[in-house]
Amino acid sequence: MVITNPILQLKDVSISYTPGKNAVESVSADIAEKQITAIMGPSGCGKSTLLRAINRMHELYPDIKTTGEILLNGKNILKTNPMEVRRMAGMVFQRPNPFPTMSIYDNVIAGYKLNGISLPKREKDELVEQSLKNVGLWDEVKDSLFKKGTFLSGGQQQRLCIARALSLKPQVLLMDEPTSALDPIATNRIEELLLDLKKEFTIMIVTHNMSQAARISDYSMFMYLGNLIEYDETQKMFTNPSDKRTEEYLTGQFG
Amino acid sequence: MSSLKYRTIKDKTFFYVTCFLASLTVVPLFAIIWELIKKGYKQINWNFFTESAPSTLDAMLARNTGDIIPGGIANGITGTLLMVVLAAIIAIPIGILVGIHLSEHPKTKFSYITRFLTDLIQGSPSIVIGIIAYAWIVKPIGSYSALAGSVALSIMMLPLIVRSTEETLKMLPGSLKEAGLALGASYTSVILKVLLPAAFGGLFTGILLAISRVMGETAPLMLTALGSTTINWDIVKPTSAVPLLIWEFYNDPNLIDMIWSSSLFLLILILSLNIIAKQIAKKWRIQ
Repeated sequence: MVITNPILQLKDVSISYTPGKNAVESVSADIAEKQITAIMGPSGCGKSTLLRAINRMHELYPDIKTTGEILLNGKNILKTNPMEVRRMAGMVFQRPNPFPTMSIYDNVIAGYKLNGISLPKREKDELVEQSLKNVGLWDEVKDSLFKKGTFLSGGQQQRLCIARALSLKPQVLLMDEPTSALDPIATNRIEELLLDLKKEFTIMIVTHNMSQAARISDYSMFMYLGNLIEYDETQKMFTNPSDKRTEEYLTGQFG
Repeated sequence: MSSLKYRTIKDKTFFYVTCFLASLTVVPLFAIIWELIKKGYKQINWNFFTESAPSTLDAMLARNTGDIIPGGIANGITGTLLMVVLAAIIAIPIGILVGIHLSEHPKTKFSYITRFLTDLIQGSPSIVIGIIAYAWIVKPIGSYSALAGSVALSIMMLPLIVRSTEETLKMLPGSLKEAGLALGASYTSVILKVLLPAAFGGLFTGILLAISRVMGETAPLMLTALGSTTINWDIVKPTSAVPLLIWEFYNDPNLIDMIWSSSLFLLILILSLNIIAKQIAKKWRIQ
C-alpha cells in the first residue's frame, strides 16, 4: 500500500523505557492526510507509546529513549522543541480531563491562555464558537459558557477536550482510546464526530475496540509486541489480512 | 449460651467505655472555654479592642475602687496582626515553591533530605527557633523587633505549608498535568495556571492552619519581639502580641484579671480560624 502525500511519516521509530528493551521496535509508516488511521493491538503492544511519541508526550516518563525520525509535514519533530510539537499535534486522552478551575469558554481557549498568547475578545469568541460547533457542543453549552466544564456529562466533557485540542488548529489530532471511559451513546456521538472532523483534520486513534476501528477508520495498523505487524486500508485488513497474527487478533483468538 | 451472653456484654461494655473516654477528651476544651468566659467576659468591651494595656498603677486604682481594669489589648492585637501577616508573606511563597518541588520530584535524594529537614523543623522546640531568630535578626539590628518575631514565626509556618502543598498537589490527577502539557504549555505555566489553581482549597487550608498554629506562640516572641506597651507598626521596633500580653499580665498581680479576657479572645480567634479552615477543606475537596 502506498500513501501519496503523507502528512506524517514514521521512519524506523524505536522507543525504549528501559535500555535494551524496545517498547516500539523500528516502526515505519506513512499517514494519510485528512483520514482516520486506527492503531490496534493487545495491551502492552506499544500502540499508546507510538501515538504519544508523535507529540512527544511519551517523554514525560523518565529514561525514555527514542530513535528514528518522525516527520510532520517534512519536519522532524524529534528535533523540534516539544512545546512547538504539541501545538502542531493535539492530543485527546482516555479519560476526559477538562481543567476543573476553568469555565467552558476558558477550557476551549486554554491552549492560548497557557501559552501566554492573548487574542482580541472578538477573535476568542469566534474561536470558542467555532471549536464548540466543530464538536457539536455549541447548542448544548452556548448558554453556560462561563460555567465550569466539570459539570458536563462524561461524553460532553470529552467533546470539550476535543474542542480544546482543535482550537489550536493542529495538523494532526492524536486520540488515545478516547471513548473507553464513555457509555455506548456517548461513544457513538464521538465516532460520528470523528467522521465529520476528518474533512478538516488528520486523525490518529488508538483503540482497544476492533469494531470501532472498523466503523470509523480508513487505515489500520496492527501492532504486536512493539512491532508494526500490518498496516493497510481498514477494509482490506478486516476482510483479508495478510498476516496470520492479524487474522488471529481480529477473530478474537488472542488480545 | 451463657458464653454468648458474656460476649455480648463484653462488646457493649467495650463500646460504652470508648464512648465515655471519647467524651472525656472534649471535656477540657469546654471546661477551658467556660472558665474563660466566666472570668473574662467582664473585661471585654469596646476599649478592650481599641486601647493599649493599662499600667499597673491604673489597674491597681481600678481594683481598689472595685471597677473593671481600664484599657485593653490593642497593642497585642495589632502586634499579632503585624507579625503574622509579615510571617505569612515570608513563609507562603517559600513554602508553596518548596512543596511544588517535593511533589514534582518526590524521589530524588534532595527531596528526601528536604522533607526530613522540614519535619525536623516542625519538631523543633519553638524557643530554639526564637533563639535562632534572635541570633539572625535581633543581634545584627541591635534591637528586638517585629521583624525578628515574624522570622521566627515564619520558620514555624514553613513545614506546615510545605507539607500541605505537597500533599494537595500529589492528590491532583496526573491527567491534569498531561492535559496542560499536551496543549504545548510550558512546565511552569502548567504548574502555575493549572495545578496551583486546582489545589487552591488545600493550599488555603494549610495556610490558615499554619497561621492559627503560630498565632498563639509565645516563647519565640519573648526572645525576638519582646513586647511593647504601645501600638507599634514599625517592623524594626519591639512589638507586643496577644500571647506576650497574657504572659505579662500573669507576671503583674494587679493585671491578673486581664489574663482571662485576653485568653478568651485568643482562643476564640484560633478556634474560628481552625473551623474556617476545616470548612474550606470540605468545600474544596478535590473530586
